[in-house]
Amino acid sequence: MTNRASSTHDLASSIDPKLRVVFVGHVDHGKSTLIGRILNDTNSLPEGKLEQVQRACAAENMEFEFAFLLDALLEEQEQNITIDTTQIPFKTVKRNYMIIDAPGHKEFLKNMITGAANADAAVLVIAANEGVQEQSKRHAYLLSLLGVQQFCVVVNKMDLTDYSEARFREIEDKYRQFLKTLNLEPRVFIPASARFGENIISPSKKMMWHKGPTVADALDDMAPLAPPVELPLRFCVQDVYKFDERRIIAGRIETGMLRVGDELVFSPANKTSIVQSIESWQPRSDNASGRANNETAIAGDSIGITLREQIFVERGYVGSHSKNAPIETNRFHADLFWIARQPARLSYLYTARLATQEVRCQIVSLDEVMDSSSLERSATKAEQLERNEVGRMTLQTRAPIVLDNHDRVPPLGRFVLVDDGMICGGGIIHGGVYTDRAAVKSKNIFWSEGKINAQARAAQHGHRGAVIWLTGLSGSGKSTIAQALERELFVRAMHPYILDGDNIRHGLNSNLGFSPDDRVENIRRVSEVAKLMSDAGNVVITAFISPYRADRQRARAIAMEGNAEFIEVFVDAPLAVCEERDPKNLYKKARAGEIREFTGIDAPYEAPVDPEIVVQTHQQSVEESVATILERLLPRLK
Amino acid sequence: MTNMARTDLDRLENQSVFIFREAYHSFKNVAMPWSMGKDSNVLIWLACKAFFGRVPFPVLHIDTTYEFPEMLEFREWATEHYKLNLVVKINKEARARGVGYETHDPVTVTHELKTVALQQAMAQYGWDALITGIRRDEDPTRAKERCFSPRNAQFEWDYKDQPPEFWGQFATTAGKGEHVRVQPLLDWTEVDIWRYIQRENIPIPQMYFAKNGQRYRSLGCRPITKPIKSNADTIDAIITELETTRTSERAGRAQDHHERNAMQKLRAKGFL
Repeated sequence: MTNRASSTHDLASSIDPKLRVVFVGHVDHGKSTLIGRILNDTNSLPEGKLEQVQRACAAENMEFEFAFLLDALLEEQEQNITIDTTQIPFKTVKRNYMIIDAPGHKEFLKNMITGAANADAAVLVIAANEGVQEQSKRHAYLLSLLGVQQFCVVVNKMDLTDYSEARFREIEDKYRQFLKTLNLEPRVFIPASARFGENIISPSKKMMWHKGPTVADALDDMAPLAPPVELPLRFCVQDVYKFDERRIIAGRIETGMLRVGDELVFSPANKTSIVQSIESWQPRSDNASGRANNETAIAGDSIGITLREQIFVERGYVGSHSKNAPIETNRFHADLFWIARQPARLSYLYTARLATQEVRCQIVSLDEVMDSSSLERSATKAEQLERNEVGRMTLQTRAPIVLDNHDRVPPLGRFVLVDDGMICGGGIIHGGVYTDRAAVKSKNIFWSEGKINAQARAAQHGHRGAVIWLTGLSGSGKSTIAQALERELFVRAMHPYILDGDNIRHGLNSNLGFSPDDRVENIRRVSEVAKLMSDAGNVVITAFISPYRADRQRARAIAMEGNAEFIEVFVDAPLAVCEERDPKNLYKKARAGEIREFTGIDAPYEAPVDPEIVVQTHQQSVEESVATILERLLPRLK
Repeated sequence: MTNMARTDLDRLENQSVFIFREAYHSFKNVAMPWSMGKDSNVLIWLACKAFFGRVPFPVLHIDTTYEFPEMLEFREWATEHYKLNLVVKINKEARARGVGYETHDPVTVTHELKTVALQQAMAQYGWDALITGIRRDEDPTRAKERCFSPRNAQFEWDYKDQPPEFWGQFATTAGKGEHVRVQPLLDWTEVDIWRYIQRENIPIPQMYFAKNGQRYRSLGCRPITKPIKSNADTIDAIITELETTRTSERAGRAQDHHERNAMQKLRAKGFL
């Protein structure tokens, strides 16, 4: 154990990185009190602060609490809760610290993550009287997910349990068991009372049975994380600057090491070039940082480099050595925690940000959902992920993304999902397969070279192109269904488009009338347009009466030429029902003889013999009809 | 052989440069308030590091008309030295109305001559991001800040619902009329600033160094900024002084202490 009585000024303490330590735990288990007590007992509080808060408490007839020392916002002072993460510097004899106080409330998960994700180490606080609670479990789980491996557990409020060793052991056993399921191994459990300063910076006389360290000792025994230089190089490009004659590629080395003269592979373009120089404004002098030269940069360094060959590089590109390149894919597996109010939805279009990359993506399957407090997993076929849940899922991106498995290169193995500019959740990537860059390109990658084919378009759009051909009597509900269907596909981030009388008759087919020949030509042109649009990757929905079987068969044949899916949907409703609806008063006009050759009245309607889908609009609502279509349609578009 | 160790200052510098570059990429129209104070000058220095010797966006001085003459001198010198694109803004309308320390309380004057002046400049230039030099250790409300901290069109800070920030991912979008405060020095402490000024030999105004037993620890408007008793006339002496002091840095800044929670009120309304 360190000797805390010593006060010799240790020069190393001012040069070494601060230890960033986050305090987490269930609400009201005493995190803020513990921090307040540490600040107070290490003389880290500004002069007069303690007296000032004590006076304020006395004036309002409140009992003084050390937690008040941290509350900065009026609301926090009044409600006695921590609303947002606070970061406070303090120091022991051994080193400088940045303490992060993360709120414990369930609804403040995002603040807790904000605090914990940047931490080197954590202190988990559990109140002795209440024991292990929901947040105790949730926070431990999130620490494991965030990769914070270095932590200790403080069993606080021992004064409320008569400093009972039995109670302490009971909590320790129970929590250790739980932590084991997360593969977490705390360094030490410390019985303490923040309120009375027991085992905070000096050993407690009331708990002589505790042979381990005090809280301060435990903190001093932890260490700031060293830069991950031994991992494969990942240089993530932030920007390319051309302020002067130099073309500087600016970015941060997330892992590994980069030297002048190294050959770098830039993903996803897979182009190589040699590092010509590491640029800097002031030549790095021989100072305390040890950067005696501009020849080498390591993990954590924000640098700028020039390349010998001027290959195309832009923000988002990842530079690596060819031997240990990252994965390049458009599909990956992840565990994702969700912090936004709106649940995460399947098929909805999000933006994934991974290091400096930004790519549109969708959750294509949600295989398992876990409640992050009970840690109960349910392998249901859930369609969405609620706030505070963690899901195991597969994501598909619209453009190639460069990544690593989290257990191999953590900074490239984590990403956030963004919706409308807001970070909604964070994910940890696993199960990715590394392939040799020099070897055959993965079949997942279509975009690098060659002609853009339907497969490539489908990969980028997230679905195949198709023609959905609605046919049925006037008034059967084709347009209504087409619009509802279009909306459903659109919110799934697909690319639907309706062709109907409104946008075809007035433009492309404005020279056609309603004679039998013109009707045939009308449908032929619609069929050709539908083919082109589906070939371009769209889901085309046509809404024409198209009464003749032969016309529809030809539409199918045309679509098939373009290798597009053709799905005939019979929008079926008895003539009497359609005539009753008569939304445009066409039946009335036809009965009155004002319109000639009106389908169903004085022209035939040839019902489909074997359509892919039938909806019966006199029995099904619009929603039900659309649901019927979606159920059959969506699997065919994957 | 290259030394693999990185010091605390290296880590802070790297993080700040990263934030600068993220901000410059994410926002079309960036500006950087500059008070000529020590933190402000570190900010300029870090911008030069991030952008290889230049500050590629305007630097804004909110001139309250209560500036120390030494600071204005330094402003002229540094503008030339760093080749800054300097914008000076004075809330002339408020001054014309007679708003001033002679007649008004410091919170009102700070709000009018700093925050409102800033709003006027924002409206005039349409900036969507401001790079500020605030630090968490200066004030308890700043301790709760984010590196990228959104402000609505009324400049209000929604401190009860701040965006999450982790893994180097920030809130990098601002809606119409809104802006984001980008705060690259948030993780730095007062001592870090001084150690960095020392290591990099960054020019700063001389008022920080003791003369006749007094020095300024934090600089603001003349009438409401008080010097502290000190004999620290070198950076080394200042660092030694700071390592033992338990007085807060902004103790000499009257607007912070005018009433209970003055800073929260000022900041919620748009003060830096």
